[in-house]
Amino acid sequence: MSTLSVGSHAHDDAHGGGHAHAGSFLSTYVFSKDHKVIGIQFLFSTLLWFLVGGLLALGIRWQLAYPWSDMPVIGKMLFANEGGQISPEFYTILFTMHASVMIFFVIIPILAGAFGNFLIPLMIGADDMAFPTLNMLSYWFMWPAFIAFTMSFFVAGGAAKGGWTSYPPLSLTDMSGQTLWLIGLTFVGVSSMMGSINYMTTIIQMRAPGMTMFRLPMTIWAMFITAILQAFALPVLTAAGFMQLLDRTAGTGFFIPAGWTANNAAAASGGGQPLLWQHLFWFYSHPAVYIMILPAMGMVSDIIACFSRKPLFGYKPMVYSIAGIAGLGFIVWGHHMFVSGMNPWLGMTFMVSTMMIALPSAIKTFNWLGTIWGGNIRFTTAMLFALSFVSMFIIGGLSGIFMAATPVDIFIHDTYFIVAHFHYVLFSGTAMGVFGAIYFWFPKMFGRMMNEPAGKVHFLLTFLFLNGTFFTMHILGVVGFPRRLADPYHYPTFHHLRPLNVFMTWCAIGMVATQVIFATNFIWSIFFGPKAGRNPWHANGLEWAAPSPPGHGNFDVQPVVYRGPYEYGSPEVDTDYYPQTQPPPAHTEGAPAPVPAAAH
Amino acid sequence: MGKFWSLIFLLVPVLGVAAFVVAPWYDHWLPRDISEHGHTIDHLFYFILWLTGAVFVATEVVMFWFMWRYDSQGKANPVKYMHGSHTLEIVWTILPAATLLFIAIYQMNAWANAKIISPAAGPDGILGTADDMRPMLEVTARQFEWRLRYPGLKAEGVLGDSDDIHVVNDLHLPVNEEILLDLKSADVLHSFFLPNVRVKQDAVPGMKIPVWFRCTETGSYDLVCAELCGWGHYKMKGRLTVESREDFDKWLAQKYRDQEATQDPQLVGKGDGE
Repeated sequence: MSTLSVGSHAHDDAHGGGHAHAGSFLSTYVFSKDHKVIGIQFLFSTLLWFLVGGLLALGIRWQLAYPWSDMPVIGKMLFANEGGQISPEFYTILFTMHASVMIFFVIIPILAGAFGNFLIPLMIGADDMAFPTLNMLSYWFMWPAFIAFTMSFFVAGGAAKGGWTSYPPLSLTDMSGQTLWLIGLTFVGVSSMMGSINYMTTIIQMRAPGMTMFRLPMTIWAMFITAILQAFALPVLTAAGFMQLLDRTAGTGFFIPAGWTANNAAAASGGGQPLLWQHLFWFYSHPAVYIMILPAMGMVSDIIACFSRKPLFGYKPMVYSIAGIAGLGFIVWGHHMFVSGMNPWLGMTFMVSTMMIALPSAIKTFNWLGTIWGGNIRFTTAMLFALSFVSMFIIGGLSGIFMAATPVDIFIHDTYFIVAHFHYVLFSGTAMGVFGAIYFWFPKMFGRMMNEPAGKVHFLLTFLFLNGTFFTMHILGVVGFPRRLADPYHYPTFHHLRPLNVFMTWCAIGMVATQVIFATNFIWSIFFGPKAGRNPWHANGLEWAAPSPPGHGNFDVQPVVYRGPYEYGSPEVDTDYYPQTQPPPAHTEGAPAPVPAAAH
Repeated sequence: MGKFWSLIFLLVPVLGVAAFVVAPWYDHWLPRDISEHGHTIDHLFYFILWLTGAVFVATEVVMFWFMWRYDSQGKANPVKYMHGSHTLEIVWTILPAATLLFIAIYQMNAWANAKIISPAAGPDGILGTADDMRPMLEVTARQFEWRLRYPGLKAEGVLGDSDDIHVVNDLHLPVNEEILLDLKSADVLHSFFLPNVRVKQDAVPGMKIPVWFRCTETGSYDLVCAELCGWGHYKMKGRLTVESREDFDKWLAQKYRDQEATQDPQLVGKGDGE
C-alpha cells in the first residue's frame, strides 16, 4: 500500500463513498462544482441548442427547396412582414446563426464541455477536476453567450448576417446583431479557455496510480491534445474578435482599407486589410475544425474497441496521429483562402501541408478497420453510431482532398461541395460520434440504460436521412452550385437543380423529425430506463469501476491501474475483458497488491 | 441483426457510386467548359475523383466485409488478440503519404498557370517593362452588381481616362484571346465566378487583383458572385457573352456611342444607374 501515492483528498472521498454533498439544491444542481453535474449541464444546454441549430437549418432547406414560398404553419407567425416568406435578409441570418450555434454552442461545448468534463476525471481515476470552481465558471460563462446570441435575433436588423466566418468589411456594415455575435463569441472563448486549462492540468496532475500517459484511453488523449489546441489557438480568435469589435464601435481600422466607404457612410480613415481578419480567423478556426473532431475520434476509438471485444489496433500510432493532426493543424489555415487574393505562392505551401494532414486521418481510419478485423462485433446502438462515424469520416476525409488541390478548389470553392465536406466531418462524423458516446456513457451518467431498439431505429433513420441530405450536396457542388445564395435558381446554370434540393430538404426534415425518437428515449430513460450496473458493456476503462452514477468524489475505492484500457480478449483472463483496475492473477510476480474496498 | 447492419453500411459505397454515375445523365455535372485552361482543372478533378473513389469503395467494402464476417451473433467467439502491426502501420503511412505528395505536386503547374504566371508581364516575363500587357477591362464588384469598365475608343487601350466605357453586369469578351482583367471591389468582399470558364477570384476592397483566362467558345454564360456580400448576394448576377472579335468590337463601339449620346431621352436613366 505504501508504494501507492494516493492523494489525501482522494482518500477522503473514497471513504466518503459519495459523501453527502451538504449543499442546497442550488449548489448541488445549479452552481455545482462537481465535474459530472457540470458535464451534464453542458450536455443538456448543448442538446437544446442542437435543436435550435437544426431548426435554423430547416429554414435554410425550406428556402432552397421552395424559394419565396410561404412557410407552412409557422411562416405567418415568424415572417408576418414578408407574408409568411423568408426574406433574403433573414436567409443570411439563418445560415449565419445555424453555423454559429452549431459550432460554438453545440459541437465544441458538447465535446469538451459535456464529455470532456464528465469523462476526464472518471477515466483517469481522479475525484474531480483540478480546478472545480474554474470548471463551474466555464459552464456559466456560456450563459452570457447564450443570452447574447438569443438577444441578437430581437435587435434592430436582426442577428448576425455576415456568415459564421464574419468576413469584414461586410461584418462591419452590419447592424447591432453582429456586435452581440462578437460578444457571444468572446464569452464562448473564455469558457473554452477555462475548460482547456483545467483539462490539461487534470490530465497531467491527477491520474490514478499506475495510469501512465500511454495507458490513457484514446478519449483522454484526444481531449488532452484538443485542450492544447484550444489554449494555443483561441487567443488569436479572441484578439481578432476584439479587433473587429473595435472596428465596429471605436472607429479603429484593422480590417478597413484606406478611404473605404460603404452604404453611403463617410469614408473610413482605415489603412487596414480585410485579409488580415481571414488569416487571424482561420488561424483559430482551422485548428478548431480539429477541436470539433478529435474528441469524437477518441470516443469512437473506445467504443469500437469495446464492442469489437478486441484491443485497439495500433494504439501508439493512433496517439501520434492525433498529435500529428494537431501539429499540422496550425499550418494549413491558408487552404480556406486559396482564391481570397492571398499571395498565390502561399497557395502552393498550404496545398502541400493540407495534403499531408490527410495522412494521420488515413492512418486512424486504417487502424479503426484493423480494430474490427478479427473481432467479435456486438452491434449495439453505440457501436452502430461509432461505426458510422468511421464510414462517414472516410467520405469527409476524401472529399477534403478536392479542396486541398488548389486548381480544383478554384472551381469548387464556396460551392456546395465544401458544404458537403464539412457536414460529413461535423454532422456525419462528430455528431454521429456524439450520439454513440451518449448511448455508450448514458448508463454511467444517469445509472440507467437507454432503450436499445429505439436507439437502433434512431440510428437507422438518421443514417439514411443524413446521407440523403448531405451526399447529394457533392453533386450540387460539382455543378458549381454556390453556397449562401437565397435563390440560386436565378442563374440558368443552376436552374435545373431544384428537384434535387426538394429531395434534400425532405431528407433534412426527416432527419430532424427522427431526433424526436432520440429525445423521447433520452428523457424516458433518465427516469424509467432499466437500472445499469457499474459496467453494463463489460468495458475496461476506469469509469466503469465507479458506481453508476458515481457519487461526489467518483470512486468508492481508490482505483489502481495495472494495464492499458484495451485489453479485450486477453488470454490472461477467462472473461473477454480485463478492466484496468483488475489486479493481475496472483502468479504474476511483482504486481502491487489490490487496494481493499473502503469500509462502509 | 449484424448482417442487416452490415448491409446498411454497404449501401454507402453502392449508393454513393450510383449517385455519381447517374448525376451526369441528368446534367447534374460540371457545367460545359469553354476555357483553355478549364480542361486541365477538370482533368485534375477527375484524377482526384477516380483516386478517392477507388479508396472510398475499397475502404467501405472492407469495412462492410469485416462487419459481416466478424459479427458476434450473440456468441462469445474468440478474437484475434493483437495490438497492431508495425509492418502494416509503415505500409499505410508511406503509401498514402507518397500518394498525397504526388497529388500536391501534380497540381502545381495548373495552379501556377491560373494564378501565378501572369500574362500581364508580357513576353519577357518581367512586370514593369514596355511589353507589359494592358488589362482588357476593369471589373469593380459592388453591392449588388458588376461594374465593368472598358478602355474607350479615343485613347485606345488606356483605362482610367474620360472616354472609358462603363457597362453594368453585361460582360462581353472576345473569343480565343488572352483576357486580362483587373478585379476590384467598391465595398465588401465579392467573388468573380465564371462557372463555365473555371475562374473564381475574390474581389477585395483595397486590392487590385489580376485575373486571366482565355475563352474558346462563343455563347452566353453566367457570371456569379460566389462570396457572401450582403442580403442581395443572390441577385448579384452578371452575364458573360463570348463573341468573335468582330462582334465584340461592334458591341463596344455601340456602347461607346450610347454613352456619348446620353442626351437621347430614350437612354436617360438607363445607364449604369444605381
